[in-house]
Amino acid sequence: MGEEVKLFGVWGSPFSRRVEMALKLKGVEYEYFEEDLQNKSDLLLKYNPVHKKIPVLLHKGKPIAESAVILEYIDETWKGFPLLPKDPYQRATARFWARFVEEKCMPALFNCTVAEDRKKAVEEAHETLKLLENELKDKKFFGGEDIGFVDIVADFIGGYWLRDIQEIVGLELLTKEKFPKLCEWSDEFVNHAVIKECLPPRDKLFAFFRTRFGSKS
Amino acid sequence: MADEVVLLDYWISPYAMRLRIALALKGIEYERKEEELNNKSPLLLQSNPVHKKVPVLIHNGKPICESVVALQYIDEVWNDKAPLFPSDPYLRSQAKFWADYVDKKISSFARKLWSGAKGEEMEVVKKDLFDCLRLLEGELGDKPFFGGETLGLVDLALLPFASWFSVHDKFGTFSLEAECPKIPPWVKRCFQMESVSESVPSPDQLYDYVVKMRNSRQE
Repeated sequence: MGEEVKLFGVWGSPFSRRVEMALKLKGVEYEYFEEDLQNKSDLLLKYNPVHKKIPVLLHKGKPIAESAVILEYIDETWKGFPLLPKDPYQRATARFWARFVEEKCMPALFNCTVAEDRKKAVEEAHETLKLLENELKDKKFFGGEDIGFVDIVADFIGGYWLRDIQEIVGLELLTKEKFPKLCEWSDEFVNHAVIKECLPPRDKLFAFFRTRFGSKS
Repeated sequence: MADEVVLLDYWISPYAMRLRIALALKGIEYERKEEELNNKSPLLLQSNPVHKKVPVLIHNGKPICESVVALQYIDEVWNDKAPLFPSDPYLRSQAKFWADYVDKKISSFARKLWSGAKGEEMEVVKKDLFDCLRLLEGELGDKPFFGGETLGLVDLALLPFASWFSVHDKFGTFSLEAECPKIPPWVKRCFQMESVSESVPSPDQLYDYVVKMRNSRQE
């Protein structure tokens, strides 16, 4: 059937949702397989023996792992709706900020939920968000007029994941007062015609985080 | 219109070494500026305000930070010779996967090895390191380089770290040859290339540097 594209993912993972966003934006049909992380399938272990993680994309029988690597592969293979710009310098800039989100923002945000010195952790997370806010400037999306590579990699921040966690844990991370542009971007992100089809069901995600992080007391 | 290429560098940084090799492979003329890590230049702080780290490649005044991002940039702009990435998208994805693996796993072992871990802790670090290097050996297979007949992204990503591991070898911390027999010959093959030997210090030179540092600390 067609090009035979399969995706192994987990419904609540921002990493596997990124891949779905890219595929849907490009109009690529794919078959989705939900993994149980407590009981990983033989196929997942076969296709990602190194990290044993989702997401894994399978194209014509060949597996690709690591969401940022998968996104670039998708962009190179299916030409409609480019995720990365054409210009090499702009591409380098997009890749730089995607790495920043993955390696600095997300760990700093997660750290707020576990750190003993919460005040310090929140300050550090704010510093990373400030840098992102400055990079966004007055653009509608990081990709410009429409969704791009960085927007997709920043789905944890733009989508409901961060909002839900900060509400449940009682953190003030992405606030309108401190980050008006990022908040506006986040609203554009979740209301984007294609992206909104790719986000996990709101209630289910909230309930999941409530169980995971407990209620504030 | 001549290209102006500047590299903000630090001679023993494994990340900076990657770029020096790439620039040499491509025959790109550039100005090297050695940074002092405890006295960073205004140019570095201005070019990499987010991380304030080397290496930074500055092309016609525009800075590119993060070594793998810079390697991709170099390959896309100077695409007339010595391709660092395969042309096939699938093979390209695999190269990026393994370079990411080096960045995620190997770099952390490099830090731990020099951190002064002892006894049981050191044994765990060594075991984990060898497990990772063996996976990479599998990826190398029977090819002369990870890039095939020529150096590619994964060779550039791993070589500076492997060079540093060879130094441990010389100190007798472990035997790379015994644990990962494909790695030392691969390191040697890489250093047989002028683009490598003229760009980065050899394991012997790194060893001499460490000995000198240790001796100067011992008074």
